[in-house]
Amino acid sequence: MSDPTVADTRRLNSKPQDLTDAYGPPSNFLEIDVYDPQTVGVGRNRFTTYEVRMRTNLPIFKLKDSIVRRRYSDFEWLKNELERDSKIVVPPLPGKALKRQLPFRGDEGIFEEAFIEERRVGLEQFINRIAGHPLAQNERCLHMFLQDESLDRNYIPGKVRPLGLTMGCGNDCFLLFSLALFPFSHLLFFH
Amino acid sequence: MSFFSFGQSAEIDIVLKDAETRKKVEHKTEDGKKDKYFLLYDGETVSGNVNVTLKNPGKRLEHQGIKMEFIGQIELYYDRGNHHEFVSLVKDLARPGELTQSQTFDFEFTHVEKPYESYTGQNVKLRYFLRATVSRRLNDISKEMDIVVHTLSTYPELNSSIKMEVGIEDCLHIEFEYNKSKYHLKDVIVGKIYFLLVRLKIRHMEIDIIKRETTGTGPNVYHENDTIAKYEIMDGAPVRGESIPIRLFLAGYEMTPTMRDINKKYSVRYYLNLVLIDEEERRYFKQQEITLWRKGDIVKKSMSHQAAIASQRFEGSSSAEKALAQAQAKEQEQ
Repeated sequence: MSDPTVADTRRLNSKPQDLTDAYGPPSNFLEIDVYDPQTVGVGRNRFTTYEVRMRTNLPIFKLKDSIVRRRYSDFEWLKNELERDSKIVVPPLPGKALKRQLPFRGDEGIFEEAFIEERRVGLEQFINRIAGHPLAQNERCLHMFLQDESLDRNYIPGKVRPLGLTMGCGNDCFLLFSLALFPFSHLLFFH
Repeated sequence: MSFFSFGQSAEIDIVLKDAETRKKVEHKTEDGKKDKYFLLYDGETVSGNVNVTLKNPGKRLEHQGIKMEFIGQIELYYDRGNHHEFVSLVKDLARPGELTQSQTFDFEFTHVEKPYESYTGQNVKLRYFLRATVSRRLNDISKEMDIVVHTLSTYPELNSSIKMEVGIEDCLHIEFEYNKSKYHLKDVIVGKIYFLLVRLKIRHMEIDIIKRETTGTGPNVYHENDTIAKYEIMDGAPVRGESIPIRLFLAGYEMTPTMRDINKKYSVRYYLNLVLIDEEERRYFKQQEITLWRKGDIVKKSMSHQAAIASQRFEGSSSAEKALAQAQAKEQEQ
């Protein structure tokens, strides 16, 4: 037994890091851009679509580079699906701006450039936050939203990969979700 | 103080026998302030004297008896009326009679068992005190003196490291290791976090020390969690194969030894919480209990003596603690 009066504070031994790991590209690359707003249709049937481009090296996404066009109500659909099916606390979308859709406005309402830009930024933040969430990455609706050409609203909701997270898998498995403090956090570890 | 007493009153003063040489320690009071009190150990004899000083010299003080008590009690804040006394010793100092002048009485409680450490917590308090009482017909005169008791342990024979692989499937796998499972209050936590798989954007990692005070039993159990420390161990995004060292000095934090089910009334336990935070403020954590113990200041003991006691120490054998404390008391007297 070594001298107990002075604590041994030497580092614990660890494996040396592989140089390709140290200097290679990180395994967590995920970037989603929401850009190029286009207003389609005429008169009262106009709506704005945005290009949603995802680039990633995460194995869970089938395509490593995908581009789709989505409108605001598609984002709303995704939010509702996630709120219903997954256990995550879904971040807020930029506002619905109902007031802007009323008649007799002095400006272009929801087709105002400044408003569209504000909305674009909010949608980009929203989708990046969700797509990086390990639990959201399980949901079929997210993959369909990001990588399928169009949304099939009659799809069968489900998970994309086995639920290693929520099923018990050892004595130490526990899964908790914090509610109020962090708007989008979950606390989870398992063994 | 009675307004109707035109008679005699007295002041009581309790003095421990070795007051000049005995060590004093700081201990938190219920309202958060810190005061200094005499430090005693399990098995030590508590002796000294009581000075009863008459306020009006010349007048007599009639009394129904003078006694000295040594009390150890647990007080639950939500149940103030009931004090749970686990140690209660009485010595009569004087039979009913009268004092004509100020007087000093000696007292001695030999080898008093003090099985638990003094503790002032959020919902419960355990304290030891001497109380001298001059009983009278209408109102007693009494004086209390609090003392603080520390429970000491020595290096445990068995002190395995904590090593575990945890994570989220396909997202984040880490292996964490802490060099021990039992740490003394001035110890250092040495460990490491090894990243096996990183598919999340981690921003930083910290270790928190959480103290959990549990009071009540059965359906009325109440946990009070308090984060004692937050210590950042990594800033930035790790990749696979990286190993982050941990070196956390416990002496800087105010902590008590781990207390398990004290007199079946309360527990105080400590947990290390490893927290990873990603770019979107999501928190991932793994909590692990550690056992804290208090090391005696006296170091010069034979290793076999320490080892012999250590294995009994964590079974909570009070006779072993008594033996150790008596040995220490002897050493202090020398």
